[in-house]
Parts: sequence; structure tokens; C-alpha cells
Amino acid sequence: MSELVISGLRGGPDGKEILRGLDLVVRSGEVHALMGPNGSGKSTLSHVLMGRPGYEVTGGTVTLDGVDLLALPTWKRAQAGLFLGLQYPTEVPGVSLLDAMEASLRARAGGSSLPVPTMDEVAAMLLAEAERIGFDERFLIRPLNVGLSGGEKKRNETLQLGVLTPKFAVLDEIDSGLDVDALKAVSRRVMQSAQTDGLGVLAITHYNRLLDELRPDVVHVFVKGAIVASGGPELALELETTGYEPYARLAPDEPTPIGSGRPLLDPFADPFA
Amino acid sequence: MAVRQRAAQRVEAGALPTSAVEVWRYSRIDSLDLGRFGQPMSAIPVALPPTPGSPAAHIVVRNGSVESIDISTAAAAQGLQVRSAAAVDEDLDGPGADGAQDADAFIDMALALSHDAVVVDVPANAVIDGTIVVVNILSASDALVATRLIVRLGVNSEAEVLERVVGADVASLLLPMAQVSLGDGARLRFVTVQELGARSWQLGYQHLVTGRDATLRSMNVALGGDYARVRTDAVITGTGGFNELLAVYFGEGTQMHDFRTLQNHIAPRTTSELLFKGAVEDMAQSVYSGLIRIGKDARGTVANQTNRNLLLSPGASAESVPNLEIENNDVKCSHASAVGPVDDDLRYYLELRGVPPEDAERLIVIGFFQDVLDRSPVKGLAEQLGQAVAAKFARRSA
Repeated sequence: MSELVISGLRGGPDGKEILRGLDLVVRSGEVHALMGPNGSGKSTLSHVLMGRPGYEVTGGTVTLDGVDLLALPTWKRAQAGLFLGLQYPTEVPGVSLLDAMEASLRARAGGSSLPVPTMDEVAAMLLAEAERIGFDERFLIRPLNVGLSGGEKKRNETLQLGVLTPKFAVLDEIDSGLDVDALKAVSRRVMQSAQTDGLGVLAITHYNRLLDELRPDVVHVFVKGAIVASGGPELALELETTGYEPYARLAPDEPTPIGSGRPLLDPFADPFA
Repeated sequence: MAVRQRAAQRVEAGALPTSAVEVWRYSRIDSLDLGRFGQPMSAIPVALPPTPGSPAAHIVVRNGSVESIDISTAAAAQGLQVRSAAAVDEDLDGPGADGAQDADAFIDMALALSHDAVVVDVPANAVIDGTIVVVNILSASDALVATRLIVRLGVNSEAEVLERVVGADVASLLLPMAQVSLGDGARLRFVTVQELGARSWQLGYQHLVTGRDATLRSMNVALGGDYARVRTDAVITGTGGFNELLAVYFGEGTQMHDFRTLQNHIAPRTTSELLFKGAVEDMAQSVYSGLIRIGKDARGTVANQTNRNLLLSPGASAESVPNLEIENNDVKCSHASAVGPVDDDLRYYLELRGVPPEDAERLIVIGFFQDVLDRSPVKGLAEQLGQAVAAKFARRSA
């Protein structure tokens, strides 16, 4: 049983504090949905978790089975078992999926007693995954994501998830740009990983469509950089009728700019601090 | 001899260019001391590059002299003719018979000094199987060597030419000239791979003429040399002619690769696609300067020019100078140029997958070149050149 623990996480790009105290615990085999309106900081969360260049953590902690992820460079966070499926997967000219997966699995073996897989073994894993997800095997040796449709890119992300077998997957708007068939294929594969391999899932989305396929155990409402409500799958249905508006007032206040002259209005603040 | 004599007279009458002239801007021409080069004397042994399975012809030129010409029986039966111009004592037209190219003292010098041209003739309608391989060796110390390769494709013929410029570790100057002409409907694949010694200089010139509905696919690969320049004038003289111009260059240490291109469209409905990709590491430098020139009769022409450069060390630098000169409005032209380090987004994506940053960077750099090498007009080179690129990257001092 693994545990991804995010507590009091604050930060964002270019010195802006978009995340304002995020608390969340995901355990092996659990599927969490994080739902929020556009601009609530959903993608920021995924990049802060992975340590994208230009993103800064201003407070809080993230641990995976006790390991301090924030102290690690991006690639070691991935090797520690945290996977991010991107909303817009990057096109990498001249680098094939096979090369990228081989380099990753070789690095993993280098840091452990695992045997280094051969190119043929990696290719066999890719072929098997490609078949499961319905991804054209021609793409395995073509440059990563170059010239792929939105749906093919998402299948490709899911294929990599299947090959790398992480402990936790953050899936950022994995449903955007997908047709119904691709959505079903991608969701089915993620659910299989959750149910049979104990993958913990944090699916970031603002549509219910995904949740019809990817059935979450927990739904979180994410507004202005923090979780303001959590519940079962019924919360997603409720959001469908109420929208995010009723939740906006639950969001933490905007940070007070220093020197703006506005007094702090926290009634529970320590007056002697 | 008239052409060479006239060229020699122009060299004697004129002065050498300096970097104050636009086409020599950013070059190292000011540090050239012609006086230190003499006639090629003794040659240092050089390992010949590997040849493809069954070449149509194999020609060796050593320090400006044609050493051997072997033509396969099959290619000879298909009509291929290769000979050395000195052996047949033949006068050959100089480049630029179309008057399109600007004067250049080193073109004249190459013409005047090259005494032994390699002449490849493919008769009309002949289709030559296999590659015509020309190995051009610079292995004499402190020498000035000029070479000349003439490739003429008859109407509707097809051939593939690979020129490998190799050398010993000599402080010599090579002036290689290639004159290539494609008759109407002809198809030529033409690749030059330059792997000169680290102290050698090269001032190269390529004059490429594409006729009506002819297709030229060319690639320049520059890996060696101290200062190695190639000027390519690619002119399309016939309606419907098509040129693909590719290049890959990678400088390390204090190397400088310098490319000047002219995509000259004279006839209507002609197309040229140029993609030059380079990288510099350590203290290396590179120059790409390209001009698309569309003549007044070249309506319906498409011309694209893309130059991308990777800076892999803080001390390395690259210049990229695109230019357009258009005299007809009914054309589609584009140029794009970029100079910068490895893209953070690409590295981040690979790191997201658990790839360590140094591996990610290596994959991205090799991939950057593989993109072009995969399009190499001569197949079977991609893997070997990919390894050469990987070896250069591995030598980088960050």
C-alpha cells in the first residue's frame, strides 16, 4: 500500500502563488477526481507536483511513501513512482517512444538491482501495451507525438503509463480532445491499472464525461488553488446542476499584497504574532 | 584550358575578399594566410570511409589527383561514364554559365588550380542502380588543393552520388568544387559528407542546376575541419523543377562551419525546400546565410528556407541570416531561423517519463539531427552519421 500525501501545498509559475494550501491524500488503488473551473489552478498543480522549470513551491510538502518528492528533480519524482499525463503532450522531434522508454527503464534499473531491459524487451512491452490501448504500432518508432491527433496523443500518454507502471498517476484533462472510443480505451486502461496493479489516480478534469468511464471513489471540488469540498461520485452530479459558483465563496482569500495597507482580517489570527 | 586560364588571370588581377564583404561576414577569411600553403607533396595515409554494399562506381581523388576510377559492370551496362578530365585533356565550362552567380575569388582559384576533374556522365533515360561514390582525400601537409567534381545527368536519367571528403590531421586548405546539372526530367540524389582533419580548412563551392521537371535531392553533412565553408548556388532553370536542400553540421572545440546558400528560381512553377540544422558545442561557431531569389518569370514558385541551430555550450555561437529577394508576386515563400539551447519543454517531457536530464539532452540532440538524417537522399548513412553525432555530443565539455 502506497500513499501520496500533499499537505498545505502552495506555489505556482513565475513567483505567482496559484496553489493556496492544497491538502490531499491518495492511496494505492484509489481513483480521485479533482474538478474545478477554468483558471482554478488545476494544471499548475500537476506541474508543481512534478517540478516543471519555472514553477516554485512556496509552502507545504508532498511525500510518496514518506519520500520528500519536492526535494527531487523531475526525473527522480517520476522514477519514485509519480506519473503525469499531460493535457497537451509535447511533440519531441527525432526522439521515438521506444528510445524514451528505453532510457527511462535503463535509468530505473541503474538505480536498483533490476536487470537493464534490452531494446527488444522494451519494444515487446510497447507492442503489448499498444495493442491493449489500440495505439497504432507504427507510432512506436516515429518521433514522439509529432503529427499525432489529440486522441492519439492521449492514447500514447496512457501507453507510457502502462509501460512505466508508476504508483500514482496525475492525469491532467486526459479527456480533452478525445473521441468517445479513445475516451473509453484510455479510461479502461487506467481503471485496469487501478484495480489490478493498485495504481492511485488523480484525474484532473472539468467535465463529467470522463467520470462516466473513469469511476472515481472520491470527487474534490478545486477552486482558486485549494480543495473546498470533497465527497463521493454524487458530488460530480451535483456540480452538474449547481456549477462551481456556490463553491467560489469557500475558496481561500486572495493573498494580501505586502505593504498594500489593508489590515489582515483573520479573526483567529494571533494578535501578538 | 581557356576557362582555367581566364580564372587564373582573374585571381591574379583581383584581391582576396575580407569579412567586410557581406557574403564573408562572420567568416574567418581574415585569418587566412595563403602564403603558408604550397603544392601537395607527400601524402599521409588515411583510412577510406566504408563504402555501401555495391556501389555503381568508386572514385578516389587524393590531394587533387584522381587516383582510381572503378565502375561496376552493371552500371557501365546501364550507361554510366566516369572519367578524369586531365586524362582526356578536355576543356570544361566553368560554373555559372547561366550568369546567375556572383564573383568569388575562391571559385576562380579552384577552377585555376584543379587540374584533374572527375566527370560523371549519365546519358539520357539511363537509370543507374547503386551509388556513385567519390572519396576526396586531403592528406598532404601545408598544401593548397583544389578538386572539381562534374556531374551531368541527361534527360530523364536517374543517379545517386555520394561525395566523402576526408583527410589526415593536416593544416591544409581544400577548395572542393562541385558542378551538377540535371537535364529535363532527371532525378539526382546528391550527398556530401565532410570529415576533414581538425586543422584543415575548406572553402567549397557547389553549383547545382536543375532543369525542367527535374528533381534534385541534396544534403551536406559537415563534421570535420577547422574552418569549413560551403557555398551552394542552386538554380532552377526549367519549369516545374524541384530542389530539396538539406544540411547537418555539428561543431566542437574551436571549429567553425559556414554555409551560404542561394535558392535561385528562374523558371515558373519551381519549388525549393531548404532545411539546414546545426549544433555547436564547446567554443565552436557556425554561420548560415541564405538567400531566396525569385526571378521575374518565376510565377507559381514555392520556396522555403528553414535553419535551426542548437547551442550546447555557453561559449558556442551560431549566426543565422535569412534573406528574400522577390521579383514576382505570384509566389509562396517562407523563411524561418532559430538559434538557442535545447528546448526546456522537450527536456521536461522526457524527464516526466523518468529520463535523466543528460540522457534527455542526448536524445533530443540526436533526434534534432535524426530528423534530417532520416530524409537523407542516400540511404544507409543515417545510422553511421547518427553515431558520429552522438560521439561529438559525448565529447562536449559543458
